Amino acid sequence: MSDIALGMVNVYKKFRKGETYNSLRDLLPALTGKMFRGQGLDANDKREFWALQDISFEVKHGEALGIIGRNGAGKSTALKILSRIMKPTKGHMIVNGRLSALLEVTAGFHPDLTGMENIFLHGTILGMSKREIQSKLDQIIAFSGLEEFIGTPVKRYSSGMYARLGFSVAAHVNPEVLVVDEVLSVGDYDFQKRCMERIHSVVKGGTTVLFVSHNLKSVTELCQRTMLLEHGKMVMIGETNAVIQKYLNSPVNVATPDESKPVYLTSVRVRDAAGEQNTFESGRTAWVDIEITARKRVEKLAISIWLRDEAEYELFDTSTVRLGCDPIALQPGQSYRCTFELTLNIAHGKFELCADVLHVELEKIYDQRVPAGNLFIGSSMAVRGAVNCFPRVIESVVYEGGTQEDAVVR
Amino acid sequence: MEASARHRQGEGSKGFEKPGPMKQELQELYRYRELLYMIAYRDIKVRYKQSIMGFLWAILMPILIVASGVVVRYAYALVGHAPLKTTDIADVAVKSVPWAFIVSSIRFSLNSLTGNRDLVVKIYFPKEIFPMAAVLACFFDFTVACTALIIFLAVAKIGVSVYLLWVPVLLGTMIMMCLGVGMLASAASLFFRDVKYIVEIFLTFGIFFTPVFYDVRMFGDKGKLLLLNPIAPLLEGLSASVVHHQSPDIQWYLYSLVFSLSVFLSGFVLFKNLEPSFAESI
Repeated sequence: MSDIALGMVNVYKKFRKGETYNSLRDLLPALTGKMFRGQGLDANDKREFWALQDISFEVKHGEALGIIGRNGAGKSTALKILSRIMKPTKGHMIVNGRLSALLEVTAGFHPDLTGMENIFLHGTILGMSKREIQSKLDQIIAFSGLEEFIGTPVKRYSSGMYARLGFSVAAHVNPEVLVVDEVLSVGDYDFQKRCMERIHSVVKGGTTVLFVSHNLKSVTELCQRTMLLEHGKMVMIGETNAVIQKYLNSPVNVATPDESKPVYLTSVRVRDAAGEQNTFESGRTAWVDIEITARKRVEKLAISIWLRDEAEYELFDTSTVRLGCDPIALQPGQSYRCTFELTLNIAHGKFELCADVLHVELEKIYDQRVPAGNLFIGSSMAVRGAVNCFPRVIESVVYEGGTQEDAVVR
Repeated sequence: MEASARHRQGEGSKGFEKPGPMKQELQELYRYRELLYMIAYRDIKVRYKQSIMGFLWAILMPILIVASGVVVRYAYALVGHAPLKTTDIADVAVKSVPWAFIVSSIRFSLNSLTGNRDLVVKIYFPKEIFPMAAVLACFFDFTVACTALIIFLAVAKIGVSVYLLWVPVLLGTMIMMCLGVGMLASAASLFFRDVKYIVEIFLTFGIFFTPVFYDVRMFGDKGKLLLLNPIAPLLEGLSASVVHHQSPDIQWYLYSLVFSLSVFLSGFVLFKNLEPSFAESI
């Protein structure tokens, strides 16, 4: 066997944008209509784009490779091709050994079945035999910390418990090649930490790992080498720190500014004291630099930013005018830049930062980026929910009978 | 650990180049057999958990079909001025229970891919497991209903004969047909959302074109046309071997067998060819 565990050779993947015919009722008339007019169905094929272009890499046995890149860079597509869920348009891949992909830790769950039944179901789906699951059952349950609830249907679980059980099963598959995608953005801090420890021990145990994450810290800790994807192309592959540096130096939103508008957003960047960053500890400060450029004469402008969670629930919203700045007026060709300082009192999780530039009185939105970038918040505090109120217990007393005054405080 | 071997086998490094030969695909399916049982087990368990009636669920639909068959047969008897015989009712029962199996297995496998979206999109394994597990789960219901049927046949004093050996052969052919249709239908409904409505219509009205409530013999020579429906020779065969202690019509059975085999094989080949694009089309 070669020493290559996993790899891609000139892999291309093409997707079709927009609506395709997904019912016979639409397809048949279109087919017959076009046949009579002597056209093919090609008109439909033009809106295609390459999700991956000419990706080649190799991962040696026992090596951990990280993949980083912004949303839409092709990371998920690459993972799906490696885990054989999708087929590349061109090129092929190399897999030597039993591959297990953690793209979604709870995909195999059925809400009506109990935790125990789901362990067997999910384990089998991930490729374990019944006997194998049986022998690891105690470990799996202990790892999840859900001993009390193992006989409860999982529909009564909280989302955190759900994810914990899912990861516990997945963590015991013992593959030779492991492909991990962002699974660690679930569960409370304590559990995330255990997940990372588990992945570390898997790497130490000689398993080949392909790790896709937005969390640059985890990538640095885990992977010697990292690949940077941008718009489906491999920009760089090499030593992790160098690749992360390159990633941080590229603009946050590479979406080309829309220059047809009277005034447009030229850049939206998030940084910490050290430089561009998208991963923050809860409670820390982030700076958001926003730049706009005018093509025509515009006035009474405000820039607003807002944060929303993954369910698109808006958590926070503000604008330059609401914060006391004067409305902005710009001449053609002029640009304007502002910096928001944010204290990130939000709980751990993934959030989207959105921005727009609007006319204060007309409420007309000239340009917007929804989202402009992701924020990954980590927290060392065991808090749940959307915000972090930085709780502390400052008094904790046991007392007997009577009123509280009788109690000896402290 | 069994699943581990699949990548190492020869084509391991080029697993995607072309859909592997059928033998390898069948081997892979065999390696995943535990998953097949597991998914079928899940479907059964969930179905029984959700319904208050529990196991009665499995015999509810057959009982309804048998009851309506008895009504229809009673009407025939009235019109034809002939008494309604026990064998007539046994005939209807023996053909209704398998018919209920065919209908429900096609119905469940039809939605088996679209109903498991997460698994189709996120995890790799041979996806024909879904329609197959749906048929398997329905077969479980069928065996429950068969227990009730056997009790009924015993009470009706139908008796046994050597021709009962035909039953597994006929049922096997029927299952193969259901698997083939199930694979075709599930893949088609993944790509075209209206397929399920079309199939539903066929399942609803199919009973009128299939000798369930009536016998092909009632139509005399024109009965041959009804036997062109590949399910008909199988149902007629069941009624002949179980109720009338006769051998089924071999020629018509072979016709059904050829049909079932070709539906199964073409269903499997088509399914495997379309499988790589499931995740992006669902």
